[in-house]
Amino acid sequence: MSDLSNLLPILWGGFCTTLAIFGLTLLFSIPLGLLIAVLKMSKWRVVRYPVSFYISVMRGTPLLLQIVAIYFGSYYLSEYAGVDFSFDRFPAVIVAFSINYAAYFAEIFRGGIQSIPKGQYEAAYMLGMTRTQTFFRIILPQVVKRVVPASANEVITLVKDTSLAQVIAVTELFALAKKQQAAYASIYPLFVAGVFYYVANLLLSVLFAYVERKLNYYK
Amino acid sequence: MENVNESAPILKVEHVKKSFGDLHVLKDISFDLKAGEVLSIIGPSGSGKSTLLRCLTQLETFEAGEVRVDGKDMVVPNTSAKGPAVKYAPAKTLRDIRLSTGLVFQNFNLFPHLTVLQNLTLAPIRVLHASREESRALGLRLLKQMGLEGKEKAYPCELSGGQQQRVSIARALALKPKILFFDEPTSALDPELTGEVLKIIKKLAEDKMTMVIVTHEMAFARDVANKVLFMDQGVVVEQGTPDFVFNQSQNKRLSSFLERFSRA
Repeated sequence: MSDLSNLLPILWGGFCTTLAIFGLTLLFSIPLGLLIAVLKMSKWRVVRYPVSFYISVMRGTPLLLQIVAIYFGSYYLSEYAGVDFSFDRFPAVIVAFSINYAAYFAEIFRGGIQSIPKGQYEAAYMLGMTRTQTFFRIILPQVVKRVVPASANEVITLVKDTSLAQVIAVTELFALAKKQQAAYASIYPLFVAGVFYYVANLLLSVLFAYVERKLNYYK
Repeated sequence: MENVNESAPILKVEHVKKSFGDLHVLKDISFDLKAGEVLSIIGPSGSGKSTLLRCLTQLETFEAGEVRVDGKDMVVPNTSAKGPAVKYAPAKTLRDIRLSTGLVFQNFNLFPHLTVLQNLTLAPIRVLHASREESRALGLRLLKQMGLEGKEKAYPCELSGGQQQRVSIARALALKPKILFFDEPTSALDPELTGEVLKIIKKLAEDKMTMVIVTHEMAFARDVANKVLFMDQGVVVEQGTPDFVFNQSQNKRLSSFLERFSRA
């Protein structure tokens, strides 16, 4: 068990990378998801169709593939198309995760927005409120309450999905644990990594239960 | 300054027509209303009453006719060859008209995430840019008038249907509308809660609030109104004083409608 004191600092380092992927992905994907949800409900087909295509690709192909595509895609672009731009590993992971999760969040948000009764819009309209006021003061606060349970699912999945970043050699928690597995010639480091994921998600579950309770002040 | 003619109608509706596809829901509706008057609209389900109300409050559009609210025309004749017979006034005019008309919905449509008082102050603060203190004071005064003192911090879901409907009347009044429209205000309520809402509307009528009320409460329609309009299949079949419509009219469709109601 004395191995643990050597192992923990190493895995903690990886866990910080995992947390960074997690936090930054949420930071970008939630607002982006909201924007995509609104665009998907656009009355113009030229807006709606490309957005639907984007969502179907994001949901229909493995995130693993998307990470690879963003990273190597930008590399090949800079190499062969003369575009002087390519992603480093970590930003590539953040971009891939953000656009992938934004697609899932968009569908959750769209469901939430469409579940608000028409009467809420009509009441706001009769009170002379603008469309922007109606969305941000009447619709969105009610949507938040409705999408918290489904979003909690996505957030918890994200914690575990961060391990996919190792496919382009970003040394997050799971990648480091695998290295230690080789060094220790034991799967013990992997179990410790599993505990990290589990505890993180346990805390998130408690947090979401609290948020749900807080939002329960009205029905 | 325009000379305000006391006897000019505050609401003038002339030859309004509306259809959903091939279905003509409003065929040539005309009536007018002076400030301080109350109009009851009665008629069987599907007669177009609610659609008429929704056209007058701009929740639906109509294709032909004229509507003038407090001297402002909602539509102007369409001079181009295609499209409906009328086109709508500029957005600014429509908004002014909308702010001078309030609507009380059948199912209240209160904002569930806001307290009762926030429901009342939201539009005065955000739309009319009134001060918070002023809006709060007005909200509390309206709640008192509605018999809802002490309910300002409650959420709509904590109130009975009758109380919710009174809050929604107060919310409409908070913008000081010139005309208040009611779309079957008691149809979503239990019979024992209907009375408290009708009492409030009667009190508003005594205070000379101009109102247009679509209702299935026949006794109420007769008692509260200066004028009653009976609609059937998208036309105004009969209109006049409550006494005329309920007691004197010889119209067959009206008498069979009233008969069905008194039996129900």
